Amino acid sequence: MKRFASMLALGLIVVFAQSASAQTLKAVKDRGTLNCGANGTLAGFGLPDAQGKWTGLDVDICRAVAAAIFNDANKVKFVPLSAKDRFTALQSGEVDVLMRNTTWTSSRDSSLGLTFTGVDYYDGQGFMVRKALKVNSALELGDASVCVQQGTTTELNLADFFHAHNMKLKTVTFATANEAVKAYDAGRCDAYTTDASGLYAERLRLANANDHIILPEIISKEPLGPVVRQGDDQWFTAVKWVLFAMINAEELNITSKNIDEMTKSTNPDVKRFVGTEGNYGEQLGLSKDWAVRIVKLVGNYGESFERNVGQDSPLKIDRGLNKLWNKGGIQYAPPVR
Amino acid sequence: MTMSEGDLAVTEIKFVRGATIAARPPPAAMTGALGWLRANLLSSPFNIALTILIALLLAWLIPELVKFLLIDAVWTGADRDACREVVQHREIGACWPFVWERWSYFVYGSYPIPQRWRVDVFFAMLAIGVVWLLWLEAPRRDLGSVYFFIVLPITSFILLTGWSAIGLPPVDTALWGGILVTIVVASVGIVCSLPIGILLALGRRSRMPAVRLFSVVFIEFVRGVPLVTVLFMASVMLPLFVPEEYSPDKLVRALVGIALFASAYMAEVVRAGLQAIPKGQFEGAMAVGLGYWQMIRLIILPQALKITIPNIVNTYIGLFKDTTLVFIVGIFDFLRTVEVARIDPKWAAPVTSTTGYAVAAIFYWIFCYAMSRYARAMEARLAQGDKR
Repeated sequence: MKRFASMLALGLIVVFAQSASAQTLKAVKDRGTLNCGANGTLAGFGLPDAQGKWTGLDVDICRAVAAAIFNDANKVKFVPLSAKDRFTALQSGEVDVLMRNTTWTSSRDSSLGLTFTGVDYYDGQGFMVRKALKVNSALELGDASVCVQQGTTTELNLADFFHAHNMKLKTVTFATANEAVKAYDAGRCDAYTTDASGLYAERLRLANANDHIILPEIISKEPLGPVVRQGDDQWFTAVKWVLFAMINAEELNITSKNIDEMTKSTNPDVKRFVGTEGNYGEQLGLSKDWAVRIVKLVGNYGESFERNVGQDSPLKIDRGLNKLWNKGGIQYAPPVR
Repeated sequence: MTMSEGDLAVTEIKFVRGATIAARPPPAAMTGALGWLRANLLSSPFNIALTILIALLLAWLIPELVKFLLIDAVWTGADRDACREVVQHREIGACWPFVWERWSYFVYGSYPIPQRWRVDVFFAMLAIGVVWLLWLEAPRRDLGSVYFFIVLPITSFILLTGWSAIGLPPVDTALWGGILVTIVVASVGIVCSLPIGILLALGRRSRMPAVRLFSVVFIEFVRGVPLVTVLFMASVMLPLFVPEEYSPDKLVRALVGIALFASAYMAEVVRAGLQAIPKGQFEGAMAVGLGYWQMIRLIILPQALKITIPNIVNTYIGLFKDTTLVFIVGIFDFLRTVEVARIDPKWAAPVTSTTGYAVAAIFYWIFCYAMSRYARAMEARLAQGDKR
């Protein structure tokens, strides 16, 4: 009897766990906080500041999701995850959305039971070299020694790139990025390679940042975006449209500063966006003013970008590919209508 | 020279001395600083070689350390520019303003700023408890242990996690961090591991098969699995089986994992002590009519624990440093907050990481050395009876 009871309990637990994962939006609303898997140790994307407040571009996307649901950008519990356990944490339901500079690849989209909702940052692997080396292109790096962190896709991309261009490669590998940068700074290699966003952050750490340049070539595609579990279309759509709303807001010139005037706008695009026309927010399972909440409490995509990684931050990363589609980049969002 | 009557006799037996000579001071080379040097540092050729080696090592290390930590150090500044050689045009050592700015983060993590007084109160209460318990001349030490083992855990739990009914807003443990987490995890591990470890050690030596089997299986299983795996399983696999509403808090999971882990190691340490007690002690205790628990409490454990003090403290020090592993499950302990801070681009400079790690090293060293010193004093006190 006892065994039967415990089996039953286990069965119920499994059923509960599954039904909970199928209705993430409802579960989040009932709980009152969003559980967001974040990095915690990547400047510009996910890092607690001196007051312990989480900041970063990835962090802002989570805050935007919370803002859309709760009208409070602080109702997020950030769960710092390592690269290893990030997918397990999302699969197990420990977090509702994974927002941890995760590269969208076919295998991750298909075999892990997870799905990417979009791209909040187009990254790619680049090179940093000393200006004194007088190299202006990665194609001139033949015979150069390159410092790289071992066991990463970075290392593989590097080998692929040199192989594809018939250049001889001398890699010097290190267990951590910190050691690799130290070695590069000490002159043990001619170049250092990692994702371009990381290059800007690491360059600040060098003895004299102005002696180094980041080469224009990007040798890999690293689209980073939010990830959710497969099989919960309502939640997938909601998270997807939060990012779209931030991009659309920038395109419509709606910022956290002018949002109050914009709610009185007569422009039909803006009216649909702020919810004075139609019920597009309710269709997403959110509120009528969902987009207003996002922009008011977090800002549009451009504001978040500049504040966290762009010109208003110490990183000063050029927007490059992350410019809007009508400004020379590839950030593009379908319209709200 | 004039001569008196007795002079003749005296000259004949002059090898007899009528009074003791006043004691002469020991040779200058055997006293004072010189004597200490001879006795402790230069007593044999091997020791002389060692002394020279260590002196050279210190001469090589200390000036560098002092230069980096004090002489070349930067003491004030607003951001990274203060700690960069290219801006300051001088050699730069430790970047202390970075530590000043981040210190509150090192101590409290993301604990909400208006609520941080609660953490301060917790630290103060813990300090009182530790002193009350460990200072042998403290008044009413019986009350001290009631305070430390009953009052302190309950009040700290309420204080830190919050209780809306008495006006303390709840604070999610995900926001705890820094020294707060390190101290909480280490104290729970230290306080829980000794009693559980003693019970397990006794269980392993028990004549009752079920108890023995349980203890052996528990100890061997927990010792056979890396702590990282235990923590990872607890934090990532548990939610797969248990629905979210019922799964325990992440910090609690880590605390339980660490406490059980430390207990398994402690059990073997205590068992070594039990093993060292001669059989006659057990037989003697039984012969005077003591029951099992009286025998263990009054005769066996006081002797066994005395022998194992160095090993117990060894385990404690290991445990204190193992607390850094909780970062695996996403809990920001002290070391992790240092790691986070050094990545902050606001303070990005070549010396930032080194400064952060130096602070971490000093912090862990102070705590571990304090434990070690207290244990040495305790050993010395308990060894009085053996020395005579």
